[in-house]
Amino acid sequence: MKVAVRYFASVREALGTGESAQVEPGTDVAALRDALIARGGRHAQALGRQRMLRSARNLALCSEETVLVDGDEVGFFPPLTGG
Amino acid sequence: MPASPRVVIRHEDFDLATEVAALRDGDGGIGAIATFVGIVRDRHDGAALEALELEHYPGMTEASIEAMIDEAVRRFDLRGVRVVHRIGRLEPMHQIVLVVVAAAHRGEAFQACEFLMDYMKTQAPFWKKETGAAGSRWVDARVTDDAALARWGIAATNAADAPAR
Repeated sequence: MKVAVRYFASVREALGTGESAQVEPGTDVAALRDALIARGGRHAQALGRQRMLRSARNLALCSEETVLVDGDEVGFFPPLTGG
Repeated sequence: MPASPRVVIRHEDFDLATEVAALRDGDGGIGAIATFVGIVRDRHDGAALEALELEHYPGMTEASIEAMIDEAVRRFDLRGVRVVHRIGRLEPMHQIVLVVVAAAHRGEAFQACEFLMDYMKTQAPFWKKETGAAGSRWVDARVTDDAALARWGIAATNAADAPAR
């Protein structure tokens, strides 16, 4: 299945605004992140487990245990600093 | 509810009196208005600040703040809420965020205004990048902001280390 991935702040600076990814049905956010890390290079650097990132599924903050379905949009970004 | 939108994300500045007047809009049941205006400071961690760049997640920002306002309306007896958050380049002393809360009584207005700001600090998708003499850097999240939201009984782990899978 296909999901849209979007990046923000320091992750966006490293990887651009987003891309699409093909993953197996039943994939959760953590497994998607791992699959992106496995692309190596800048992906491994920007999304690696040494970095604390937050995630969102379909415009709502989510934990990495969240299971994805076809067509979902997933955002990866650093902790929020608004207000 | 007022005809004007509850949440506005924009580059342009806002005028406090105009926003308050729009929220009041002839509602004679309003007995209290609490407002919060966030302003860009000229220093951060001791260093002079030249500018802030504010990035957000379009769509998610509006949806998440709308959800926060829904939660505030559940918790407090309110007659109106308006939030304006600016994005893009901001300089020291510029206004950055506005929260206006209208209620029948002051207690609810004060509390809801603080609740919304505490919520927004850790749950709305904004990121600040600072530029100063030493260059540009992304602002780090603060655990004290998570603690502020915890006071309302909402667990936040924005700045804390994420739990292991």
